[in-house]
Amino acid sequence: MSTLLEIDGVSKHFGGIVANRNITLSVPEGAIVGLIGPNGSGKTTLFNSIVGYHPVDSGSIRFTGRELTRMRVPEIARLGMLRTFQQTRIYGRMDCVQNLLISVPHTREGLFDMLAPFPAEETDKAEALLEFVGLYGKRRLLAGDLSFGQQKLLEFAMALMNQPRLLLLDEPTAGINPTLINGLVERLRRANEKLGITLLVIEHNMRVIMNLAQHIHCMSRGELLAEGPPEQIRNDQRVIDAYLGAH
Amino acid sequence: MDSLQLLFDAPILNVQLLLDGLLVGAIFALAAYGMALVWGVMNIINIAQGEYVMLGGFVAVLLADAGIHPLFGVPLAIVLLYALGWALYRTIVFRVVDRDLFISILATFGISILLQQLANQVFGADVRTAEGGMGTLFLFDGMVTVGWVKVLACAVALLTGVALWLFLKYSRLGQAIRATAQNARAARILGIDTDRVYAATYALNAAICGAAGALVAMIWIIHPYLGLAFTLRAFVIVIVAGLGNLLGVVVSGLGLGAAESFAGFVFGVEFQAAFTFSLLVVILVLRSRVLARSRRYLK
Amino acid sequence: MKRVDLSLFVVIALLGLVAPLLLPSYTAQLAMLWVMVIFALTWDLLGGQMGYNSFGNVVFLGIGMYACAVIQRDSGLDYYSALALGLLVGALLATALSALLGSGVLGMRGHYFAICTLGLGVAAGEIASGWDYIGAGSGMVTPVHPGAVGARNLFFYYLFFAIAAVTFFVLRHLYSGRFGLAINAIRDDEDKAEAMGLHTTRYKTVAWCIAAFFLGLTGAGLGNLIGFIDPRDVAFSGATFGVWMVLMAILGGKGTLWGPVLGAVVFHVTQELFWSYLLGWQRVALGALIVLIVVFFPQGILGWVRERWPERFGQRVEPEAVDGEEGAA
Repeated sequence: MSTLLEIDGVSKHFGGIVANRNITLSVPEGAIVGLIGPNGSGKTTLFNSIVGYHPVDSGSIRFTGRELTRMRVPEIARLGMLRTFQQTRIYGRMDCVQNLLISVPHTREGLFDMLAPFPAEETDKAEALLEFVGLYGKRRLLAGDLSFGQQKLLEFAMALMNQPRLLLLDEPTAGINPTLINGLVERLRRANEKLGITLLVIEHNMRVIMNLAQHIHCMSRGELLAEGPPEQIRNDQRVIDAYLGAH
Repeated sequence: MDSLQLLFDAPILNVQLLLDGLLVGAIFALAAYGMALVWGVMNIINIAQGEYVMLGGFVAVLLADAGIHPLFGVPLAIVLLYALGWALYRTIVFRVVDRDLFISILATFGISILLQQLANQVFGADVRTAEGGMGTLFLFDGMVTVGWVKVLACAVALLTGVALWLFLKYSRLGQAIRATAQNARAARILGIDTDRVYAATYALNAAICGAAGALVAMIWIIHPYLGLAFTLRAFVIVIVAGLGNLLGVVVSGLGLGAAESFAGFVFGVEFQAAFTFSLLVVILVLRSRVLARSRRYLK
Repeated sequence: MKRVDLSLFVVIALLGLVAPLLLPSYTAQLAMLWVMVIFALTWDLLGGQMGYNSFGNVVFLGIGMYACAVIQRDSGLDYYSALALGLLVGALLATALSALLGSGVLGMRGHYFAICTLGLGVAAGEIASGWDYIGAGSGMVTPVHPGAVGARNLFFYYLFFAIAAVTFFVLRHLYSGRFGLAINAIRDDEDKAEAMGLHTTRYKTVAWCIAAFFLGLTGAGLGNLIGFIDPRDVAFSGATFGVWMVLMAILGGKGTLWGPVLGAVVFHVTQELFWSYLLGWQRVALGALIVLIVVFFPQGILGWVRERWPERFGQRVEPEAVDGEEGAA
């Protein structure tokens, strides 16, 4: 398996606070990799650095071999790497189908493509994806009127519509009704296996991430603490201490 | 350009232009200070800023017409404009404080048009001035002339600014204002009536602009349509200086005054306003470009 | 095309075609009505659909006016040829400027963009006031239309009617495809749109260019209808045209296709009435009106209607019932 994403010695500080210190990890293609750690350990900061939301202080981030640290958010997204947001961001005043239609890949966007109407296949695909996440019945509702959990599913569907190679998910099960978490995890797995999308997942729900991920990295106070397969991490004393001693 | 050449041939000219610019720049800084205050405390960009300046100017003009020295216009404008600012807050502005910024821009823009046209109807569109009649100061063997009234206006502007700063720092209301600016919700929990703070802030801003306007009437001219120019000047200064930075506001204000003074000379007086407005556009574009390079936006 | 839409178009088209014949003494005002529709539609493209509230669209209007007037003055062609060329050059020049300024000015968000465009509008007016080639402060006079006054008004009526119709249908086509969704996405969450790889700058610039094109075109014609061009009060008049653009779109309901049209009609008719009765105080009333609409009625007429009767707009409040649905959290 080739390495899709390589993070090498990345550090980021905000004012006096070091949010990320010398982070090095890699994500192999086709894998599901987990990123865990107590609140404030710097996970979302790392995500933001990867996708170009803010500059990094030092280090390098390479996606399919290309250096990302100087690129801007839309360029990185067009390379095939997307992220979902912790607070779930969707287009509130458009309906679900429209949200998906505008999430098609934007690699080719000449003037002609911009001004053209939507081909019917894209609408079909959008509806199929909505069916996949279970929102088909709500497809004509305004996205802003959906419940938080439904919006999360919509955001996931939008990401799938974009056909990314790598998807960064920021706490995908947070705020979801516990009885529906299994359904979401199952869909994540299917997206990985059937659609070949590599996943890097920040997760607080231990049961979810231990079941889903093949390899897990644990962060604490801005640094990488431990990494390994789920069984190993689960029993790692440092990880346990980090969570128990976090507050 | 011939004018540009003249600046090199007669260096004393630079001193004249610089001095003129700095003196009026203090007044710009005052209006900018008020705008930064309202922006920082209530998150409102007050497009009607310049109209308060204009109305303050008319107060001074009317006093002068009545035979009273326009310098008394400064305290009178402060009082009258404070009342106006309070009234406008209580009727209109309080409704847009917590809504998105564009609504507040539109609302204050509406107020600006309202006041501007009202002034036009009541006072007429003619250009007016309030003679200070204070004689001239001669420097450098008479090569540089400065009207005493300009020096006085600059001093008053700076004094007003200092008074405001002291008020904000040491008075109870001032501290309440600063607390609200930092964290409105926390201030409310601690018992501060944020609505009163907002009203006082907005009224205070109007009062400061009124003072600035009275000074403008003495050293320059007043007419119903000069409001927008002052609003945009204040905006440029606040953008360059940043919100919390009083010293920056003063320096930028003086700098803008000087820049305008030179521009008026080099490009011709007709283009002086064009220079200021174009400068606004250029500064904004450059600022956002520079920020974009490091993946940030003008927030 | 839905039946309601089609009949609406036919009715408006018929009314539009015969109106000046039914009310010949109001032809000039009716011509202005179409101008207002164009103002509102082009503003709404940026402000309502894309979320970029511009106070400076009037720049493109003024450029169109001056470009056409200069061509008419200097080209030596006969009236209609000069006018045609002037229309074309006005539109293209305005579009070129918007493309040039685009990436710089559109790189700003929200209120910075609004105030920057405000600055742009007044700067243009001031620069034009000092430029002798185009008449400086005194402005320019456009050539007299060959023909009776009635014929002139009629000609410009149909010209603006045509431009308004074209603008409307172009926007209608764009809003129904990828372009419409893209600019809506930019409005709803620009950060998200960027994070999804959307070429936001490209879409923003194209939108601005489209608005500039139609405004430049309209400006060229408007300068001729009014008869003279003044840099501060006619061409780059933020206090009149510039403000009306914003007001009409919001009044009618921004972000919709028919909202700006409705707003333009309501505003123009009301304004004509105000003019007769209020005289000098009409601009004071305008200021008050802006405040009232913005504070109390920001959703506009169509927005209000949409809230009351959402089903009529194709939005389902209740989902289509499909039992055994999972995923509803």
